[in-house]
Order: sequence, then C-alpha cells, then structure tokens
Amino acid sequence: MTLPTDGTEAVAAAFRTEFGRAVSVLYRSLGDLDRAEDAVQEAFAVAVARWPVDGVPAAPAGWIITTARRRAIDRLRREAVGREREAEATELLALATSLESTDTGPVSDDRLRLIFTCCHPALGPEARVALTLRLLGGLSTAEIARAFLVPEATLAQRISRAKAKIRQARIPYRVPSAADLPGRLASVLAVVYLIFNEGYSASAGDRLVREELCAEAIRLARLLAGLLPEEPEVAGLLALLLLVDARRPARLSGDDAMIALPDQNRALWDAALIAEGHAIVRRCLVLGRPGPYQLQAAIQAVHDEAARASDTDWRQIVTLYDQLLRVQPSPVVALNRAVAVAEAAGASAGLTAAEPLREPLADFYLLHGVRAGLLARVGRDVEAAEEYDAALRLCGNASERAFLERRRGLLPEG
Amino acid sequence: MTQYLLSVYQPDGPIPEPEVLAAIGEDLGRLNDEMRAAGAWVFSNGLLPPSSSTVLRPDGDDVLVTDGPFAEGKEHLGGFTIVDVPDLDAALAWGKRLAVAATLPIEVRPFA
Repeated sequence: MTLPTDGTEAVAAAFRTEFGRAVSVLYRSLGDLDRAEDAVQEAFAVAVARWPVDGVPAAPAGWIITTARRRAIDRLRREAVGREREAEATELLALATSLESTDTGPVSDDRLRLIFTCCHPALGPEARVALTLRLLGGLSTAEIARAFLVPEATLAQRISRAKAKIRQARIPYRVPSAADLPGRLASVLAVVYLIFNEGYSASAGDRLVREELCAEAIRLARLLAGLLPEEPEVAGLLALLLLVDARRPARLSGDDAMIALPDQNRALWDAALIAEGHAIVRRCLVLGRPGPYQLQAAIQAVHDEAARASDTDWRQIVTLYDQLLRVQPSPVVALNRAVAVAEAAGASAGLTAAEPLREPLADFYLLHGVRAGLLARVGRDVEAAEEYDAALRLCGNASERAFLERRRGLLPEG
Repeated sequence: MTQYLLSVYQPDGPIPEPEVLAAIGEDLGRLNDEMRAAGAWVFSNGLLPPSSSTVLRPDGDDVLVTDGPFAEGKEHLGGFTIVDVPDLDAALAWGKRLAVAATLPIEVRPFA
C-alpha cells in the first residue's frame, strides 16, 4: 500500500471544505445548479491530476473556483457551437463572456444563499436534506443513498427533481429578509439536525458513511454559526451537536450494541468538544434569547458536566425540560422530561409523568422502552416485560434492539 | 418576472353563510387592490360550482361533450389569481395573503 501524496490529501481536504463554497459561487454567476455542480466536479478532477505533480496551490479555494469557472466557460462555448438556434448560442456566449469578466476578483462566499435555497420550504423535507448534502457537503449521490438506505436511483431522482423545481418555480438565490428569516432559518437548522441524527442514531448501514453525516452536520452548523453570529439558535444547534457528538466514542460497544448514557465510560468522552460546547452554551445564556436548540444544548451540557452518572444534576435537567416544553410542546419532549423526573424524584414520579403520553406515543418504541425500565425499577416485572415486548415490536434499529433485549433478559423469570 | 397561478382549493359540500362569504369577499377585494397597486396583479376571479362545468374529450375526429366536473374529489378549484412577480418567494408572499383572505388552501404554480 502506498501512502497518499501531499497533493492527494490536499485535494481531499479541499474537497470537504471548498466544494460547497465553489458551487455557491459558480451558481451565482451561472444561474444553473447542474452547470455549477459539473464545473466544480471537473475542477476537482483537474486538482486530483495536477496537485500531486505541480504542488498544492497557495490558495486552494481560489484555484478551484477559477478552474471551475474556466471549465464552465469552455463548456458554454462548446455548447454554443453546437446550437442550431442563433439566439441560444448568443445567450451561451454572452454568459461565457460575463463569466470571464468576473474571473479576477475576491472569492466571495455565497454558501449562506445556497443553504437557504437548498432548505427552501417549497422543497420536500427529504429533498432538502439530499440537496444540502450533495451541493454543500459534496457527498456523492451514492454516499447519500447509502446513508439513508434508499436506492441510488431514487436519491438521484430526488435531487434532480429538486433542482428542476428550483429552476422552474424560481426559488430565489438569496438570504431571506429579516421578516422571513426566523421561519426560514428554522427549516435550515432542522435539515442540519436531521443530517446529524441520521448519522448518530441509526446503526444500520455503513458506519463510516454515518460518521461522515455527523461530521458534515457539524461542519454545516459551524459554517452557519460563523455566517449568522447574531442568531443564538444557530449557536445553540452547534453546541448541541458538539455536546452529543462528544459521547460518540463511548456510545457503542465492540459488537455495535448501544450503551446507555449512565453506563458509558465517561473517560472516553471528547473533552475538547465538551469544552467548546459548554463555552457556546454560556455565551447563549448571556444573550437571553432561549430557543429549542439552545435549551437542548443546555440539557446535554448538564449531562456532560457530570464526572459520574450519579453526579448528574437531574433537577436542573427537569427545569430545562420544563422550559423546552414551553417553547416546543411535543409529547417526545414530555417523554424526555419524564425520564429526567424519574431520575430526580424516583421511578414512580417518572411513570406518573409518562402516563398522559401513553396514548399519543402508543406507536413510539421509546415510550414503551422508557416505561419498561421504570416499571422494572418499581418491581412491576410482568408489565415491564410487556412493555419491552411492545418496544421490540416497534423498534427497527439493530443496536437499540440489542439494548432492549439485554434489558428484557435482566427481568426475573415469571 | 414570472407569472404564477394561485389556485384556491375549496372543499366540496355546503358553502359558508352569506355574511361569512361577504366578509371574505371584502378581504379578497382589498387584497386584489393591493396586488394592483404593487403591479403584481394579472387576473383574479372566483368560479361557479363544479356542477356548472362541462367536459370535452377528443374522440377520434369527434369531440365528446359530457356533464362535468372533470374529476370528482374532496376539493375543487374554487377560483384563481395570476400574479406577475420576480420569484417564488414573492409569489408565496401573495399566496399566503390570499390563503388568509380566502380562508382556504392555495396552490402556487409557475407558468411556463
């Protein structure tokens, strides 16, 4: 096996950080996502060939964008020659000329516009996720398809339909007005959070691809936090992702079974990520504009603060869940609160808190998993076994199933 | 500029009381005036019930005439507005105003 040369590594590094930026810049001048994407793809192919030989350029981002722009101009000229209708050829040549005149100039950053376009509420939620990963993250359709366990053809079609809608319905390429920003930003943050959760929660499928999803979500959250420093919810989302991702090394056992928070080896947690997350949560607190992501980050910060599970300040967590329920009233949040209540005030109190959720969350495996654990703790083993069975019927995730089966096996025979 | 069709979808069944309809009509009138003032208005009108429609189908060299509507559903096209605006966000902004005024769902679709 030969080690990759510096040039090859540099291309790989530039790809992750610069693909989205290059697409965003090219899309602004070309007005066509397919053309922008193809040109950037070609520029990276040139980089793969040239950088190991010529050395890494001083400004890799600028090099990629300049190369992509030249490729786009070449292609427009070639296509113009083949056009029957003179009007079309003239249009393509005019575009090529206008691109050429913008060739020298500072490299701007259009990624914020691009992410608002990719996460536009007029696109379906699945399309938003796929487009964001493809155009901003540079993930291939094959990689995205593997991560979401859908056939590649389905995923490719999802992306091309979304691009066609952006073009046909004229979804604008700009950062929304101040009036629209809160709603539109919520859609963007939801996409980033979904990408992270998909990578973090499921163990089915390719583990490396899933870790790449988490890394990509954190990259996007960092990018957004840098571009929108005035929005505490963006910072809150970044902190939340960092504080949850910090526990990844302790989360799965050797055989890929999930390890619950209290049983994790906390020495394996990533102290640097926790420190960064904590610092962001503290900065958010000062701003005094709490929102769902900031509150969830604060809850994770309390967990990560405890050196041992038994040191966890559960009262503080219950208080934070009370606040979260006020801004985001949902039965799933209430279930998480019930778990915290059980730790702060005992399993019976937890069961009481979970009681009103039995109907709305009847089809949610975690409701049954949580109730099973609490029932076992108060010695109601028969009901606990029934709830474990219900949870196992509803849960499709292999490592979480393994966890539930292990717990079910710990119940006394009866 | 792009033209967008804002279709108003109305549930089948009884229509609201006259006084409710009158209030909706006033709101729609005010919205149309605003659209005109902003230079976005192209056309707007309501439709009579689907039972008033007639369907024509090509059939060889002939065209068959039948009683409408074209498709039976739970909703029908109640009316529509056409706006001429720079992009989808502008069309959606008018569409939201229309949904509120009409108290009904709106479908926004670009013309070719």
